[in-house]
Amino acid sequence: MGEAKHTEYRGSIHQRQKELMLKWYERLNEAAETGTPPTASLMISGNCIELLEAFGAVPIYPEVNALQLAIRHQSLEPILAAEEMGYAPDSCAYVKADIGCYLKGITPTSGKLPKPDLVLCNFVGCNTYVKWFEHTAELTGSKLYVLDVPFLREQDPSQADIDYVIRQLKEVVTLLEQITGRKFDYDRFVEAVRCSAQVEELWSQIKHLARRSPSPFDAYFDAITLMGPLYVYRATPEGVEFFSAALEEMQARVAAHQGVYDQEKFRLVIEGPPPYPYFRTFRDMFAKWKACTVASTYSTVGGLWEFGARHDPDHPFESVALHMLSQNVTNRNYLQRYEQIRRYLEEWNADGLVIHFVKSCRLFSAGQGDMRDYVTKTLGIPTLYIESDLEDPRYFAEAQTRNRIDAFFETLEHSKLTAKAV
Amino acid sequence: MLTFERTFEQCQELITDLSFERVHRWKNQHPDSKVIGYFPVYAPAEIIHAADMLPVGLNGGGDRLDIQYADARFGSFICSIIKTTLELGLTEHLKVFDGILFSSICDSARNLCFVMKRNFPDLYVDFLHLPHNPSSTASVDFLTSEYRRLIQELERIGGKQITDAGLQRAIALYNRNRQLIRSLYTFRAQMPHLLRAWESYVLVRAGNFMPVEEHNSLLEESLEQLPQRSGKPRDSIRIVVEGAFCEQPPLDLIKLVEDAGCYLVDDDFVIGQSWFVEDVPVDGDPVHALAESYVNRSVYSSVRHDFRAPRWEGLVDKVKRSRADAVLFLIAKFCEPAYFDYVLFKKQLEKLGVPHLLLEFEEKQFTFDRVRTEVETFVESLVFD
Ligand code: SF4
Ligand code: SF4
Repeated sequence: MGEAKHTEYRGSIHQRQKELMLKWYERLNEAAETGTPPTASLMISGNCIELLEAFGAVPIYPEVNALQLAIRHQSLEPILAAEEMGYAPDSCAYVKADIGCYLKGITPTSGKLPKPDLVLCNFVGCNTYVKWFEHTAELTGSKLYVLDVPFLREQDPSQADIDYVIRQLKEVVTLLEQITGRKFDYDRFVEAVRCSAQVEELWSQIKHLARRSPSPFDAYFDAITLMGPLYVYRATPEGVEFFSAALEEMQARVAAHQGVYDQEKFRLVIEGPPPYPYFRTFRDMFAKWKACTVASTYSTVGGLWEFGARHDPDHPFESVALHMLSQNVTNRNYLQRYEQIRRYLEEWNADGLVIHFVKSCRLFSAGQGDMRDYVTKTLGIPTLYIESDLEDPRYFAEAQTRNRIDAFFETLEHSKLTAKAV
Repeated sequence: MLTFERTFEQCQELITDLSFERVHRWKNQHPDSKVIGYFPVYAPAEIIHAADMLPVGLNGGGDRLDIQYADARFGSFICSIIKTTLELGLTEHLKVFDGILFSSICDSARNLCFVMKRNFPDLYVDFLHLPHNPSSTASVDFLTSEYRRLIQELERIGGKQITDAGLQRAIALYNRNRQLIRSLYTFRAQMPHLLRAWESYVLVRAGNFMPVEEHNSLLEESLEQLPQRSGKPRDSIRIVVEGAFCEQPPLDLIKLVEDAGCYLVDDDFVIGQSWFVEDVPVDGDPVHALAESYVNRSVYSSVRHDFRAPRWEGLVDKVKRSRADAVLFLIAKFCEPAYFDYVLFKKQLEKLGVPHLLLEFEEKQFTFDRVRTEVETFVESLVFD
């Protein structure tokens, strides 16, 4: 096997992505310096960014800050600071990194982060979210509102679930009016919902391009690069423009038969968040085998749109509620995740599943052994199970992980060859 | 007093009996009725009772269950009760159950619910979303409809209708049960030398395996006899236990803490059984009454979110009410809700100058030497302060 290659998609959207994220941090810095624009902390999954847009308010995503830090190998210091304060070694390290940054005054860029005008906890399945934002509110003294989204315990949300969320969304509107002193701009809200619907359509089309062989991008590693703009700009014209450009570039690659590798040898589905502190190393372990991810559950944390759901400007509140209830992987139940993976494996025509167990995140990881049992025994698909963490660099066993990945592909290669021979 | 000692022994046997013999017996006597288990922390037992079913509080496998299969399903960094509960199912211990309820307490339990659903397709497994935003007027309406959904499901599997009158009767019985538990705790806080924490613990938890009527009688008899017990006050410090609301610590650990010189004057063991701080109203719409009580009059707990008032206020109140000298955090390994709260609790206690100690436990724990030394050192530091 040849040397690991740094093969990732680096078109013009890569550059644009960086600019957009920098611009976001600049606006947050401006808010910290001048008090405007108003800001609210939000969680990524199942967020209601459209409401903030209607007020011209900017989101603060502590998760994005935490992962940026880990990618830059700077997460350990704040994690240790939080542990010193009493946080347990085994609790979610995203929370610890974020709290540690607050304690130590660390920010993701050289700019400042504002004190949020509202700590808006969109509770969508992750109980840690609620604890996290309780702590943020306690530390910063900002106002807290927990928007309680009923967990998707049946196939679809009930009318009672939807009504409950809509009533809370309207309470948030009133709260934002009080906090920002601005009037709720309904037209702007509808416009934001319309932008979201467009972005979702574009993002979904991009994801469906990965059904081609070769796939024009890696639906785990490259998708993560596109996720920043997705969270921050989903409900804006900039978002629409960014994802239109992204789709065009991907389509051009498909037309030119350009894949991630000169030859795509394996097609994978990956479940679970990545080990951000070793993002590059981890990617290279797959690149070595020319294994391309064609679908991933992690890239549906922000929203699950490849199966058709969209925001709807004709029913703005209802569609925001539905998005929070059922169109993101974290609020869907565990068996729905199995089903999502099954569809990926079949419809995206994958050779195997990689389960990345991260110790921080029980939401993703609790029960992944059962998931493996389902995929290997019920579906009969080869599955690789590896463990580390998404934020804490102390849990990545590089040599061991590499060996397991190599062994997995050796077996997969062997069975492919035998299958061909038959 | 001999009969009284025997009661504690029997309760202890009951809560450690993995074959659920008592529940089997009930089912044999009620062949047309169903048994519904519920995973901690809280479930509306009143509704199950009104369906003519037996609600059974499940609290994991204790220290008598060997894990053979569940480890492979729930890997590292997951608390023990998740694994022992699944193991009970995979080893056919849960055959007597017709259904099991889970609720929105933490991410591990949430996923366990659906893993159970897949592995036991004949079992009715359901998930109740208990609201996390009590500040919203919508949350009572939501929970009312969630309870109505449960009612429909229970009617479906049980074939019997749940009536308002039946619900009101059940609410009255459980109100009585909670009053009795509260009295037991009050007695213990006042006379800790006459009722040890492990004794009151087994007495309360035994209620998880019998009809509430029987448990009420058991508690009434005990409360009657307790003042006649004799015992000398010991030289102990008064301690509140916090953090053991879901997975339960080994009985030996509770005994050890007491033996090391502590009166456990209050705790959150099996807290779901005394979930409301006041009676649930028996008049009016009973489903609404249960929902409204959950939203507005529940105890504070790490798995119940109410940002109208910080959770630590509840703990500080408890410490004051029970005139405790210190707080013992007894937290299950990998229990994230308890560990997150620990940080803010600790901060407040330190502000108020209340000493505290953190001990981590697992259901299956057999050596306690280190823990004993820690508790003894802690007690000494307080006594000689
Ligand atoms: S537990 Fe998982 S989903 Fe929740 S905050 Fe942590 S990493 Fe995110
Ligand atoms: S012990 Fe804690 S982590 Fe485990 S199931 Fe209970 S609440 Fe969840």
